[in-house]
Amino acid sequence: MLLDIEDLTIELPAGAAARPMLAEVSLRVGRGEVVGLVGESGSGKSTTARAVLRMLPEGARASGSVRVDGEDVLAMDPARLRRHRSRTVSMIFQDPRSAMNPVRRIGDFLTDPLTRVLGLSRRDAVVKAAELLASVGLSDPERRMRQRPHELSGGMLQRVVIAAALSTDPDLLLADEATSALDATTQAEVLALLRSIQEERRRAGSGIGTLFITHDLPLAAAYCDRVYVMYAGRVVEQQPARGLFADPKHPYTRGLLECSPSLGDDREPRPIPGRPPSLSDALTGCPFLPRCARAEAECETWAPVAVPLGGDGDGSERYGFAACRRLELVSRSSA
Amino acid sequence: MTTVTAGALIPVRVRARRPVPVMIAGGFLALVVVAAVCAPLIAPHAPDAVDLSASLAGTTSQHPLGTDASGQDLLSRVLYGARSSLLAPLALLALAALLGVTMGTVAAWRGGWVDTLLSRVTDVMYAFPGLLFVVLVIAVFGDGLTTSIFALGLAYAPTIARYTRSLALAERSKPYIDAYRVQGMSGTRICVRHLVPNLAGAIVGYLVVLFGEGLMSLATLSYLGFGAGSPSIDWGLMVQEGQDAVVQGALLPALVPGTAIAVVVVAFNIVGVRVSDRLGKGR
Amino acid sequence: MIRGLPRRIAGLFATLLAASFIIFAAVYAAPGDPAVLLSGSRQELTPEKLAAVRAEHHLDEPLVVQYGRWLWDGLQGDLGRSFQYRDHVADLIGARLPTTLELVAYATVFFVVLGVGSGVLAALRRGWVDSAVVGGTTLAASVPAFVAAIALVSLFGVRLGWFPVTGQGEGLAGRLHHLTLPAFALALSALAVISRVTRQAMAEAYASDHVEAARASGQSERQIVVQHVLRNALGPIVTMCGLVMAGMLAGTVVVETAFGLSGIGSLLVSAITTHDFPVTQAVLLLMVIGYVVVTTLVDLVHPLIDPRVAPGGKPRSKPEGKTA
Repeated sequence: MLLDIEDLTIELPAGAAARPMLAEVSLRVGRGEVVGLVGESGSGKSTTARAVLRMLPEGARASGSVRVDGEDVLAMDPARLRRHRSRTVSMIFQDPRSAMNPVRRIGDFLTDPLTRVLGLSRRDAVVKAAELLASVGLSDPERRMRQRPHELSGGMLQRVVIAAALSTDPDLLLADEATSALDATTQAEVLALLRSIQEERRRAGSGIGTLFITHDLPLAAAYCDRVYVMYAGRVVEQQPARGLFADPKHPYTRGLLECSPSLGDDREPRPIPGRPPSLSDALTGCPFLPRCARAEAECETWAPVAVPLGGDGDGSERYGFAACRRLELVSRSSA
Repeated sequence: MTTVTAGALIPVRVRARRPVPVMIAGGFLALVVVAAVCAPLIAPHAPDAVDLSASLAGTTSQHPLGTDASGQDLLSRVLYGARSSLLAPLALLALAALLGVTMGTVAAWRGGWVDTLLSRVTDVMYAFPGLLFVVLVIAVFGDGLTTSIFALGLAYAPTIARYTRSLALAERSKPYIDAYRVQGMSGTRICVRHLVPNLAGAIVGYLVVLFGEGLMSLATLSYLGFGAGSPSIDWGLMVQEGQDAVVQGALLPALVPGTAIAVVVVAFNIVGVRVSDRLGKGR
Repeated sequence: MIRGLPRRIAGLFATLLAASFIIFAAVYAAPGDPAVLLSGSRQELTPEKLAAVRAEHHLDEPLVVQYGRWLWDGLQGDLGRSFQYRDHVADLIGARLPTTLELVAYATVFFVVLGVGSGVLAALRRGWVDSAVVGGTTLAASVPAFVAAIALVSLFGVRLGWFPVTGQGEGLAGRLHHLTLPAFALALSALAVISRVTRQAMAEAYASDHVEAARASGQSERQIVVQHVLRNALGPIVTMCGLVMAGMLAGTVVVETAFGLSGIGSLLVSAITTHDFPVTQAVLLLMVIGYVVVTTLVDLVHPLIDPRVAPGGKPRSKPEGKTA
C-alpha cells in the first residue's frame, strides 16, 4: 500500500482544544488510485493531508502511524523527512497565488526542485522546466519562466504548481482543495489535466496515488475511485465512489448529498440542521448526534467504530464502511 | 506509538505586552508626576542654592545624587526639572492636537480642497527631516521654551491630522452619522458632538505615544540651547550644563538628568503602546 | 517603473520647490524688518547699514523675484556670505561636509548590521532572545541621541578610556576611532527602528502560505529563511534603511554638537546661535535636498526589490522617531 494511515490521532496541547483534531483516522491510498477525502472545513481533512508530510500544528502530539511505502513518516529523522517531502510526496495547495512566493520567478519555482532534489545542472533544469510547463498546457514556457506570479492567472498558476509538484516524479500527490479557488471552466481543465497525468503514469507503469481533498462531495464522487468522508476529526464513511453516490450509508454523507442540488432532481436542497462542532466542543458518543435525525439515546454513549459494509464484513476497501450505530436502519430505509 | 512535535518554525506574532511592565511603567510615571508636583516638599535643597564648596561632589549623604559644578543639588534639580520637562510636552501636544484634530476632521468631512491642502502641507512638512522644521522656526523667531513648544506643535500637527483624518473617514461612513444627517443636524454639530468624541479614545492613545517623543524633542532643543534657557531648570538643559564636567570625570551632572529623560520616555512608550492598543480597539 | 518615474520626479521637484521657498521666505515671517534678521545682529543698526543689507539681498524687489534669484545663485554654488565667518557659505559647508558624510556612513554601517542582525535573530529565535531584542530596542528608541552621546562618552571615553573624546583623528583608522562613539550615538534609535521593522517583516513573511508550501516541498529551514523569508522581507527592510539613513542628516545636528565634531550639523547650531541667517538657510536647504532625494530614490528602488509593490503607487512614509 502506498499510503497507509492507521489510527492517527492528533491532539493539541491541553487547554488548546477540548477534542482531538484527528481521532483514530485510518486511510489508505494505493498506487494508481485516486482517493477522495471529503468534509466541511474543520473536519480534519487538511490536517490529515498535512500529517502525511508531518506538518503538524505547533505543539501537537500525534499517535498512530502514517506509512508511505511502508515507512513511518512520524518516525523519520529530519534528513529523511526532507527527502520524503521533496521526492516521495508532492502537495498542491488550494490557492496557488498564496502558495507561490510572489517575489520569485515562475522559473525558480520549477528549477529549484530540479536542481535541489534531482541534482540537475542549472542549464538542464531550465530545459526540463520548460518541458514540464509545456506538458501542463502552458503556452510559451520560456517567457512564462521569466514572469512572476502576479503576471499569471489563477488557472495558469495552478498549472505551474502542478508542474512543480510532478517535477520530482513523486509517488503520492496530495491535492488540498486544488481546484476550489478556480472558476468552473478552469476547474474542469485542471481536473482533466490531473486525470490525464494519472492515466499517463499508470500506462508508464509508475502508478501515482492521489489523495484528492475537497469539500465538494459530488465532485469527489465523480472524480475519485474511492471516497472517505470526514466529520469532526473522524472518518465516518468510506465507499467506492459509485456506491457512495448511489447509496450513502452514514446520515452525514446522506445529508451532504441532499444539500447539493443536481440537475434533473427536483427535490429541494435540504441543508443539514445545526453546525459542525468546533475544536472547543468536547464530544462524547457519536459526534454527529446533535444534527442527526435518527439519533437515539444510546447514540450518546456509543463510541464510533467503523462498521463494515457488505462483503464478508472484512472492511476491505472494495465494500467500504461507515461509523454509525444505526447502520442497519439507514441501509434499510434507503433501500 | 510515536509522538512527535512539529519541527516547523512558527511565525512570530506580535504578542500582547504583558501587563506587568505596563503596570510598573504606569506606577513609575504616577510617582514622577507626584514628585514633580510635590518637589518643594521632597527636595532636600533649594534647586538653585549655589554652594561652591560642594562643587561636583559625588554621592554624599547631603547630596544623594551629587552636585553640579556650582554645587547645586542634582536630586533637587531633577525633581524641579520634572515640572517643566513634563508640562512643556503637555502644552505642545495640546496645541498640536487642537490644530491636528481640527484639520484632520475638516479634511475628512469636507474633502475637496481642504483635504488636498492638508496632504500638500503634510508633504512639505515631511520634507524636513527630524527637528529641522523646528530649527527653522527657532532661527527666525529666536530661541526659548515658548518658541520651541509653538514650533513643535506646528510640526506635530500634520501627523495628528493625518491620523485623525483616517479615523474620521472610517467613522463618517458608519450608519449613525447618516442617521444624524437625516435628522437635519448640521455637519459642524455632528463633528463636534458625535464624530470627534467617538474618535477621542484612539486619538488620546496616539497622543500618549507622542508624549514621549515630544519630551525627547523638547529636551533635545533645550540641550542644543534652543529651548528652555538658564536660569530655568529643565532636564535637557541640565545635561548641557553638566556635559563639561564629564571630561573632568564627574559623570553625575549629565547622567542624572539624562537618565531621568530616558527612563520617563521608556515608561511613556510602554504605557503608550498599551493605551493606544486598548483605546484604539474596535476600529 | 518607467510609468511611475516622471510623476515621482515631478513630485520631487514640487516638494523641493515648496520646501526651499519656505526656507527662503521664513525671513519674512519674522516679526520686524527682515533686514535686521539678515544683518545677523539684533542690535540697533544705522540706517546706512540697513540700506546696505537691503541692497545686498535685493529686499526691495518682489518676494518671488528674490526667491528666484536666491535659488538661481544657490544652484550655481553661490549661497551667499556668512556674517559670522565672512566666508562664502559654500566654502564653509564644503569644508565640513566630509565629516558629516563620514559620520552618517559609519552610523549606517552600525544600524544596518546591528539592526537587521538583531531583527533577524529575534524573528528566528523566539523566547528570551526575542524578548531581549524587543526590550533592548524599546530602550534604544527611548534614549535621545544626546543622552546616548553623554552616556557613551562617560563610559567608553572617560571611564574605560577606549575611545578619544575630543579631536578628529589622523588617517583612516584614527578617524574611525574618533567617529565610533558619535556614529553609535547617531545609529542607536535608527538601530531600534530597523530591528523592529526587520522582525515584523520577517514575521509576516514567515506567516505566509508560500513558506508552508516550501516546507511541504522539502526545503530545509535554512533555505526557507534565505529564499523565502529574508528575501520577501527585504523590501520593507531596505526601504526603511534608506529612509532612516536619509533622516540621519538631521540627526547629525545633535550628535556633532554633543561630540564637538565640526560638520554641517554643528555648523547649523552655531549659525542659529550667532544669527548667521545665510548659513542657516544654506545648511537647511542642503539637508532637505539630501533627505528628499534619498527618500525618493528609495521609493524608486523599492519595486525593483519587491515586485509586489506598484511603482510610485505607495505614499511616502516617514521613519519613526522625530528626534534630530
